[in-house]
Amino acid sequence: MENFEPKIIAFLCTWCSYAGADLAGISRFQYAPNIRIIKTPCSGRVSPQMILAALMQGADGVLVSGCHPGDCHYMTGNLFARRRFALLKGLLEFIGIEKDRVNFTWVSASEGEQFAKIVNEVTKKIKELGPNKKLLYEL
Amino acid sequence: MRPKGSVLVVGGGISGVQASLDLANSGFFVHLIEKKPSIGGKMAQLDKTFPTNDCSACILSPKLVEAGRHPNIKLHTLSEIVELKGDVGDFTAIVKQYPRYIDTSKCIACGACAEKCPKKVENEFDFALGTRKSAYIPYPQAVPLKYLIDKESCIWLKNPGRCGFCQKVCPAGAVNFEDTEKIIQINAGAVIISTGYTTFNPQSLDYTGYKIIPNVVTALEFERILSPSGPCMGHLERPSDKKVPKKIAWLQCVGSRSMSRDSKPYCSSFCCMYAIKQAVISREHSKEHLSASIFYMDMRTHGKDFEAYYNRAKKSGINFIKARVHNIVPTHEGNVIIRYSTPDKKINYEEFDLAVLSTGIETDLSTINLARHLNIELDDNNFIKTETFNPSKTSRNGIFVCGNAGSPKDIPQSVMDASAASVNVSGFIFQSRWEDTVNIERPKERNISAESPKIGVFVCHCGINISSVVDVKAVSEYARTLKDVAFVQDNIFSCSQDTIGQMVNIIKEKSLNRVVVASCSPRTHEALFQETLEDAGLNRYLFEMANIRDQDSWVHKDNPEKATRKAMDLVRMAVNRVRSYNALPFNSVGVNKTALVIGAGVAGITAALSIADQGFPVVLVERKDRLGGHANKFFMTWQGDDVRKYLDNITEKVKNHPNITLKLNNEISDVKGSVGRFSTTLSDGSQIDHGVAIVAIGGESYKPKDKNLPHNYLYNQNPNVMTLLELDQKFLKNEIDAKNINTAVFIHCVGSRIPQRPYCSRVCCTHAIQRAIELKKQKPLMKIFMLYRDIRTFGVIERLYTEARELGILFLRHDTEHFPVVTEENKKIIVLAWDEVLQTNIEIHPDMLVLASGVRPRDDAKKLAMLFKCAINQDGYLLEAHLKLRPVDFATEGIFLAGLCHYPKFIDESVSQAMAAAGRALTILSKDVIPAESIVANVNIQKCAACAVCIEVCPYKAISMDEKTGKAIVNETLCKGCGACVAGCRSDAIILKNIGNIEIISAIKAGLEETLFFN
Repeated sequence: MENFEPKIIAFLCTWCSYAGADLAGISRFQYAPNIRIIKTPCSGRVSPQMILAALMQGADGVLVSGCHPGDCHYMTGNLFARRRFALLKGLLEFIGIEKDRVNFTWVSASEGEQFAKIVNEVTKKIKELGPNKKLLYEL
Repeated sequence: MRPKGSVLVVGGGISGVQASLDLANSGFFVHLIEKKPSIGGKMAQLDKTFPTNDCSACILSPKLVEAGRHPNIKLHTLSEIVELKGDVGDFTAIVKQYPRYIDTSKCIACGACAEKCPKKVENEFDFALGTRKSAYIPYPQAVPLKYLIDKESCIWLKNPGRCGFCQKVCPAGAVNFEDTEKIIQINAGAVIISTGYTTFNPQSLDYTGYKIIPNVVTALEFERILSPSGPCMGHLERPSDKKVPKKIAWLQCVGSRSMSRDSKPYCSSFCCMYAIKQAVISREHSKEHLSASIFYMDMRTHGKDFEAYYNRAKKSGINFIKARVHNIVPTHEGNVIIRYSTPDKKINYEEFDLAVLSTGIETDLSTINLARHLNIELDDNNFIKTETFNPSKTSRNGIFVCGNAGSPKDIPQSVMDASAASVNVSGFIFQSRWEDTVNIERPKERNISAESPKIGVFVCHCGINISSVVDVKAVSEYARTLKDVAFVQDNIFSCSQDTIGQMVNIIKEKSLNRVVVASCSPRTHEALFQETLEDAGLNRYLFEMANIRDQDSWVHKDNPEKATRKAMDLVRMAVNRVRSYNALPFNSVGVNKTALVIGAGVAGITAALSIADQGFPVVLVERKDRLGGHANKFFMTWQGDDVRKYLDNITEKVKNHPNITLKLNNEISDVKGSVGRFSTTLSDGSQIDHGVAIVAIGGESYKPKDKNLPHNYLYNQNPNVMTLLELDQKFLKNEIDAKNINTAVFIHCVGSRIPQRPYCSRVCCTHAIQRAIELKKQKPLMKIFMLYRDIRTFGVIERLYTEARELGILFLRHDTEHFPVVTEENKKIIVLAWDEVLQTNIEIHPDMLVLASGVRPRDDAKKLAMLFKCAINQDGYLLEAHLKLRPVDFATEGIFLAGLCHYPKFIDESVSQAMAAAGRALTILSKDVIPAESIVANVNIQKCAACAVCIEVCPYKAISMDEKTGKAIVNETLCKGCGACVAGCRSDAIILKNIGNIEIISAIKAGLEETLFFN
């Protein structure tokens, strides 16, 4: 378990969180290299299907990040996302997926340090949980 | 002679940038002159903005990037106008450009120069709270994103040969120590001044202890402390010892509303709101309880949604203390003791960890000099002098002003002002629309639909920014092994002019049909590479980027092996994603050149004239049988101008204008279509096809008749009780019998700022005070009492308040526990008014009682909003697309708003907003076709279950049920491509073109492939 390196898929909205991730780079905040970022127009574009697909394809964890409430470029997308994931988390817990595997946060375009911090925290949490085998296709 | 089709905009803050964008988007070439190294102005320094608490950089940055990339905007940074020759239509500006010492055409903003630069100096962007290097960029989101060398501190520039590290490490060879000052000439048809303001320096006010006591900072300094990209990285700490403050005081009106020493007599208009915002944000920042106190004279929260923000702050426990602070003294622990007296004359001492000075604004010396060079007049307060009925117009023809150079304004007003200035400019030079603009010709697009994927991958070294961490050669070799990849190349700088040219040739030669660039962020470079594809005859959407710099090499510096593997994964993900991309059509909509203006008050008339004067047909609809709306009832503006004279003038123009069709006695009964092609039906049955609409339906004057409200003050019961507008009627008809009025009482905030009607009506304080002055002038011995809660004569209007007090008008303040009580005895009015100083009620027997009763929204505003698919706010006013940066646009494209339907405002503000709406509308009307979003949603009607969830979640009302098929259908001109419907669809029936589930899930799969992930 010591050497376990989790695989984390992150869905970031173009307008805030992806820009926040860029700012982490511009400011050279270092973070764990376990994350693979997929840019989406809005956190509201992220469907439960995408999160489940990631877990089924072998992701040990998922991070979804959008604009802070009220800041959504498309006005309400992040709020729909929040409601959707509140429901999804209940379902995941019900089928036995630990709640820390799927994470939802807000990161603005000026929160580079915050983004790096979140990636490190999420990576650490998922490392502690160990590999995700529950939903993996092979099993 | 035809005027020049170019415009000179001086000052690149938010108002200058907005004016530039509006002009460039409506057919003119803009030279944007900025004396600093980058545009963005004061707004770039702010942490958050009120009343929405939006992150300032986040909402500003897209506008700056748009201005920086716009083919019809040329930025001249580090530049100043030294002379302006010629006249309107043909100005010639002599512009001095200071050396940057870094070649902007070569600089790739990698930051190597700053990293190596040994010289640390105080960072003026952070007000010396932090440091920067001698080679630097002013802030991370700066536009242009190009470094510069500070001449004052650079070691080489002082002693050539001494240092020069930056030149050695610059991978692009951009450092040029030989750079010199240049003089250039710019031709333009008109000029806009948007030079903004400078904050008042409180050093001259010794009671504040500023610069002597370390833990006394100005509000703008405090913004930098709060900012996540500021000197404290967003951790709330005080300057002296980095301790987290637990108790902070804000001191209002520092340098404003005072005649003493260097202070300014005017009110700076936005400090009350920013102080509340800072208090709210500070409390959000701190983990423990933070006690926040604001010391104020009058809380001026007179803007849209401001009062609600103030109320929330009060409720959350922020202390609002009505007191002017006497002085601040330091303690040994680094704290500050504030001495102040309250209205009941008690002297208090209170200790705080930090004091923030809410400093006002003043005109910068450079603006005063500029006014001299340009030969335009300043007013008594050193703001650029303008006209009441056109607040953009300066004393010289063809030169306009916007933003804080004209008078104190908050951000939305500055943005409105900018659009208003743009319409003034285009009114002078519209004959030369599209004459000076740049048009880019592109080759015909190749049809690739029958080809199998041939993907080209370009991997960038970014000098050494990527290749010093990531093994670029290995990534390139790896890319060759991926399915469908037909060509791979690595480049030192993918974005350099010659590499771009090479890329075009390679795409053509190898007949590639998909392209991946692995380099920096799509946010800054996607558009550039997409244009490269277009130059090679490929559709711009057959492109994907892998961000291996900002999100890889820069954040995993110490882990080259894993960074390299991550880069490989990111390339693989991009290749998998781009494989299933399709060419998307360049969506566009033809524009009907007619504008519909609804409401013929001052706002509607102004908007109609501004558009019609530039040659576009306008249909002006009014529900009543006469023009002018509320302005008919007004005696005079606060500046003292005759409203009726102005109104006669503009109504005459409207009636005789060849481009204006007037539709009196008409309302809107139906609206169909979208931007560029609306079709609206009026109540008389006529149908109007139009490209844009401006909603200026006005508001209502509030009458305190409602028996459910707590205070009616004998209105409609006693003949000597009247509202302000009724008093105006008496003035207009010369019915004021001043001889027989010995005492008059004005009650402020009647029907405003109470739980039932919580907002502030903005105009009534000023209106009441000015009429009181008028009465006092007619009869100097008349006793006049103003019963108020806060006097909100914001901005330069403050002079009326000062004048009123000088004339002997008495102001008695009450709070919500001591409302005035009005009774009558034998028809004689008796007012019981609270006196804050005496702490008791006093009895007044006035001959006249005037109720300052404010403005309310139209009851049918909601109905109209629904027709146009627009929103209204909780108070019933129409809601713009964004409270800060899109103050006259609706979220629905092609519809704009102006006047009282937006919020209560003065006539000059209505004029300005109406011109702004016209300016925004002209960005559409000036084009034959407008682009529409290409990445749009699409319904597969085979799968659609017609559950209507997509209709529910779409923020743009772009989806409806198709009557023919009974299934959902997307209106592509309204769709913005957010994907909310796709995620919401239960039947997997909606896809977002190129961002469908197939593309995303194939990227997920690629990202998780076991072979290359860590083992």
